[in-house]
Amino acid sequence: MIHWLSQVFSIASFNLRTIPERKGAVLASAVGIAGVAAVLVGFLSIAEGFRAAIMSSGADDIAIVLRSGADNEMTSGLTREEARMIGDAAGVARTEDGPLVSAELFVIINLPKRSTGTDANVPFRGVEKPATAIRGDIRIIEGRMFEPGRSEVIAGAGAARAFSGLEVGNTLRIGQADWTVVGIFTGGGGSAESEIWTDAAVLQPAYHRGDSFQSVHVKLTSAETFEAFTNALANNPQLEVKAMRQRDFLADQSSLLTGFIQGIGFFIAALMALGALFGALNTMYSAVAARTREIATLRALGFGASPVIVSILIESLILALAGGIVGAAAAYFAFDGFQAATINWQSFSQIAFAFAVTPQLLLSAIAWATVIGLLGGLFPAIRAARLPIAAGLRET
Amino acid sequence: MTANNGTLVRVQGVDKIFRRGSEEIHVLKGLNLEVPKGEFLALMGPSGSGKSTLLNLIGGLDRPTRGVVEIGGERIDQMSDRELAAWRSRHVGLVFQFYNLLPVLNAHRNVELPLLLTHLTKAERSKHVDTALKVVGLSHRARHYPRTLSGGEQQRVGIARAIVTDPTLLLCDEPTGDLDRKSGDEVLSLLQALSREHGKTIIMVTHDPHASARATRTLHLDKGQLTDEPVK
Ligand SMILES: Nc1ncnc2c1ncn2[C@@H]1O[C@H](COP(=O)(O)OP(=O)(O)OP(=O)(O)O)[C@@H](O)[C@H]1O
Ligand SMILES: [Mg+2]
Repeated sequence: MIHWLSQVFSIASFNLRTIPERKGAVLASAVGIAGVAAVLVGFLSIAEGFRAAIMSSGADDIAIVLRSGADNEMTSGLTREEARMIGDAAGVARTEDGPLVSAELFVIINLPKRSTGTDANVPFRGVEKPATAIRGDIRIIEGRMFEPGRSEVIAGAGAARAFSGLEVGNTLRIGQADWTVVGIFTGGGGSAESEIWTDAAVLQPAYHRGDSFQSVHVKLTSAETFEAFTNALANNPQLEVKAMRQRDFLADQSSLLTGFIQGIGFFIAALMALGALFGALNTMYSAVAARTREIATLRALGFGASPVIVSILIESLILALAGGIVGAAAAYFAFDGFQAATINWQSFSQIAFAFAVTPQLLLSAIAWATVIGLLGGLFPAIRAARLPIAAGLRET
Repeated sequence: MTANNGTLVRVQGVDKIFRRGSEEIHVLKGLNLEVPKGEFLALMGPSGSGKSTLLNLIGGLDRPTRGVVEIGGERIDQMSDRELAAWRSRHVGLVFQFYNLLPVLNAHRNVELPLLLTHLTKAERSKHVDTALKVVGLSHRARHYPRTLSGGEQQRVGIARAIVTDPTLLLCDEPTGDLDRKSGDEVLSLLQALSREHGKTIIMVTHDPHASARATRTLHLDKGQLTDEPVK
């Protein structure tokens, strides 16, 4: 065994020493594989970052209630009476001021993006007073909270970064009214930081919504009371609603987009991988062809066929791994933490998020490179091992 | 390798047929050959007569279509590829027309190659390599790479590589075919010395009467068989 390994090692090291003579082809195939790794990491880090942005702050003790049959807040509709009954259900946390329930409505407005100057969608959410207590992690990082009953808004930090006009003190013309930006906030879970908030009671008349809402956000006494809460809603014949934990709701809302981004990423990476595979095959086939006589000589001297195969696989793997690591590293330095905004396809609104290059992504890129390397080396290696020795010796 | 009654190589009733598509090339036909231990045998014959083919069969690089190839009492025609590879590394030294050195390795490393298949330590291998290079008179070229050596020197490195494992049998396929007269003579003298002073059994394929004159016996390959007479 040690014997065999030393044969593999020797042949592999002879092979690797010939790389400088073939650096053009070797470099081309390594770059191809680096490209695959970079694209894969790039796209998946978008999906990953997006998912993280959406899910990170989703809580298990916050429930979101929509009209049953609605997939998202946009298509949902609830009356004030329904909102009140939801607040009275079992499991809802209470303070002296009443249940921690916020009936909310939600419109889409257009604001110019800082990056391009073109208009893009921003969610404009009307909330009730308990909204911040329900989310728990809302922080006003600049300015102050809006005052109930006034045309004042606070902007999520992500929205303030991505869109112009959301500086504190600025006045926005939205619909038929002027709104003053009085604060910037962070937290809130999921895409909240990409939203603009105001008092629901002010937003309703501004958008002629009467006394209707789209969702009810509820703070539960604990994560465990969610079941009691949903049972209570189900057992109320006057309510036709469904409740989801915030974390599940956010994951659900983002799955279409993350799946879409991942799909594109895998598709492009797979196409590129196919190209890179042919590049690797070509490089290794010509490497084997160029070394036919050397391989035959080694075989004639008594080196085995399997060390020849393995050594060629090793060479191809080293090439592929070098490419994969360089590509993944390049993607990491280029993309990790890179701030971006993308459109949320369910709410058609801008979501601010950071590309997240996770260790798993780097590993999966390197795994792809490994597979390309193995496949790219396998067939040439088998060909090399099958070359008849006597004929190979005369090859020039 | 112990040989009965001094015969090292016994080839008996060997046929070799190559198939190229539907075409069959009957290269060797019922060929017989016995080579006693210590002989320096020259094999001659027209191009395409099958000299290399025969040498490959004796060296275990290929198998006969029919017949017996017995070296030192071992039936190498019946060995598996794996067994043959191990057998070659222990019992034959091969010398090629175009030297077949690995360009990425210096002379020392090239000569060391066959020893990588043994259990010798690095120090032991080095000692054997030094000895082999000394025999071929190239100790001073040990660190040189093949491309910096003359053809004659490269062939002497090739011979050092062939003898470094101390095989009984040396097989040389046109060892001087690519060399000028002077270098060729040096190589031939070296082979002659190996035969005379080190008791090596040598089979050398050559086109050159000058080369075969150095051998102790010359055989001619014609129509798939060996004869003592030159082919007209
Ligand atoms: N692997 C092979 N496949 C098919 N035909 C082969 C193969 N090897 C040799 N031959 C054929 O067998 C015949 C003998 O070849 P061989 O190389 O033994 O001749 P040779 O006597 O060594 O010739 P030369 O003096 O030119 O080296 C030739 O016709 C050659 O084309
Ligand atoms: Mg020949």
